[in-house]
Amino acid sequence: MMNDLPLWVSLPGTVLLVLAGVLTLTGSLGLLRLKRFYSRLHAVTLGNTMGAGSVLATSVLVSSAVASRPVLHELLILMFLVLVSPVTAILLMQAGLRRDPRRPVPDD
Amino acid sequence: MTTVLYWAGMFALCCFALALICAAIQLLRGPTPQDRVLALDTMYVNGMLIILVLGVQFGTRLYFDIALLISMFGFVSSAAMAKFLLRGEVIEP
Repeated sequence: MMNDLPLWVSLPGTVLLVLAGVLTLTGSLGLLRLKRFYSRLHAVTLGNTMGAGSVLATSVLVSSAVASRPVLHELLILMFLVLVSPVTAILLMQAGLRRDPRRPVPDD
Repeated sequence: MTTVLYWAGMFALCCFALALICAAIQLLRGPTPQDRVLALDTMYVNGMLIILVLGVQFGTRLYFDIALLISMFGFVSSAAMAKFLLRGEVIEP
């Protein structure tokens, strides 16, 4: 449990958790406030990737300190997210472009 | 010193819950279908982050597997819905 974590874990962990919360909240507020679909996609993708990276770094730090050996399996989620979130963004962007009302209608 | 980490986790949880509410509002409001898919994807990632922070707070290893599963299902559902919006079919013959 989190009873006696050393200082080199709690200080970066605190900073990273606060950073993750602020970044993710910023991205989701951008989802509400921005006008166009492409701007919303940009804001959400950036905020979510950075927030997930910070939370996973905190998780790696805390579980390494608890187990007193390097625990790195949280990096699996980070690798998966980094591989996968551009794919989702590109697919959604293609769908948005295809369904854009300003797109010229083909003849056939 | 651990109390600071605990309260930072609480702050992060509140931020993620607010972000989840924003994404839910966007899911209900979004003018086009791709906006709704984007909001659903955001909700998946925010829920995964909530579960990861809870795993740090409770100090258990179980929450990691749940977070991995949620991120995988989120990707599969978002990709399938984007493919449906793109082509009109998910699995093409």
